[in-house]
Amino acid sequence: MALRTPLYDWHAGHGGRMVEFGGWDMPVQYTSIVEEHQAVRSAAGLFDISHMGRLSFGGADALALIQQVYSNNAATMKDGQVRYGLICNDKGGIRDDVLVYRWPYGWAMVVNASNRDKIVNWLAQHKKDRAVDITDQTTTTCMIAVQGPQALTLCRGLTEADADKLAYYHATPTRYRGKGCVISRTGYTGEDGIEIMASAAQAVELWEELVRRGAKPCGLGARDTLRLEAAMPLYGHELSEDVDPFQAGLSWAVKMDKGDFIGRDALQKRRQDATLRRRIGLELAGRRAAREGSPVLRDGRTIGRVTSGTVTPTLNKAIAMAYVDPACTDCGTVCTVDVRGKAEEARVVSLPFYRRETGERGA
Amino acid sequence: MDPKTLRYAKTHEWASLEGDVCTIGLTKFAVDQLTDIIYIDLPDHDDPVTAGDSFGEIESVKAVSDLYSPVAGDISAINEKLETDPTLISSDPYGKGWLIKVKVEKGTTLDHLMTLDQYEKQIASEEH
Repeated sequence: MALRTPLYDWHAGHGGRMVEFGGWDMPVQYTSIVEEHQAVRSAAGLFDISHMGRLSFGGADALALIQQVYSNNAATMKDGQVRYGLICNDKGGIRDDVLVYRWPYGWAMVVNASNRDKIVNWLAQHKKDRAVDITDQTTTTCMIAVQGPQALTLCRGLTEADADKLAYYHATPTRYRGKGCVISRTGYTGEDGIEIMASAAQAVELWEELVRRGAKPCGLGARDTLRLEAAMPLYGHELSEDVDPFQAGLSWAVKMDKGDFIGRDALQKRRQDATLRRRIGLELAGRRAAREGSPVLRDGRTIGRVTSGTVTPTLNKAIAMAYVDPACTDCGTVCTVDVRGKAEEARVVSLPFYRRETGERGA
Repeated sequence: MDPKTLRYAKTHEWASLEGDVCTIGLTKFAVDQLTDIIYIDLPDHDDPVTAGDSFGEIESVKAVSDLYSPVAGDISAINEKLETDPTLISSDPYGKGWLIKVKVEKGTTLDHLMTLDQYEKQIASEEH
């Protein structure tokens, strides 16, 4: 049976259409994906992301273990900093994409719901005799994202620490109604905003307060269209054990010179391999959406495959991300996408599809 | 159209027969399930359709579904307004959001389709 977040009853009681995602029963939408998507782009949306895995690391060797499994460099992080990176297998394929948090008292990692068991086991396997204690806090805590141009204004005074004093990709421990929590200036929508981690017991009161403050509850449907416009990869779609970070366009999250880590030797070779397909963006001429698995063709030859696609609510166009042969990645390259048997014209465009205007945060 | 006088297919199309022309649309239940309709692909005028076969597709932000004809015949009209505004299907599924009209053979009835009562029982069981 699928797991339930502490907000399951709230979702089910407020029109949330529940679907199984990554082993959890999650709301895909409450009213309409388009409405929820627009709320995040224009005001503020609220997401239950308690399904994400939350792991806490203590002990003298925590950094050493993280460095061994993580493609980015955790050693240069300052207290309160958050950093994106990959966990790779020894062939350089991606086991998961994660956020690492550095605290004065230890480390934390947020992993994908569908990969939580896999990563917990991977860490246990590579821990060996290091002095590291890993606690899986996923079911004892909740995680709620508030995203959109009004997110920070709306969260003013919510917790003891103020979110708009946090720099982007920074986090701080603070208190909500007297109890410990963490706020983090991160997100998965392409908008400004925060993610809050609190005890599971406080999930409903925190969520309801955010709704009262004006954030619109949004489901995973809008989360998917939002991240797609922002060209953020989704594990199981753009990322998998067979794809390496260079192919995925995530070379910025791989620090080859930080010292050894799992997958580094393989990545050294893969980085030079000019035959591997690369992640690109496609814009389609028509309104039929290319979906995962749709073949991408050029001059009658298959050059790649779509990993995610939709008609975007903000741009009102059919867009997709795909992996294609390296010779076909230039912007403007014309191709076709086989959408359920019909060829649809498309062209390669630069990513992301959507970029928020900066400088008017929290206005 | 009055939902009470319509007949329903298991696949959530409604049908209304006037003379030898059958108008076909999608039920409110179906469009509520789809939400966020972004595209509809309908056949051309005079195309033949077969009962139980797909005559087009409807796409929402999340997914694509086939549309099935509850009757056999030739397409006599398609709702061209939907091409520019597919949201008519959700805002007025039994009126401005109709999909196609099919010219059927003489003697065709809709007796094989469900009444509103029977259809409501089916969707109640789908919603459980």
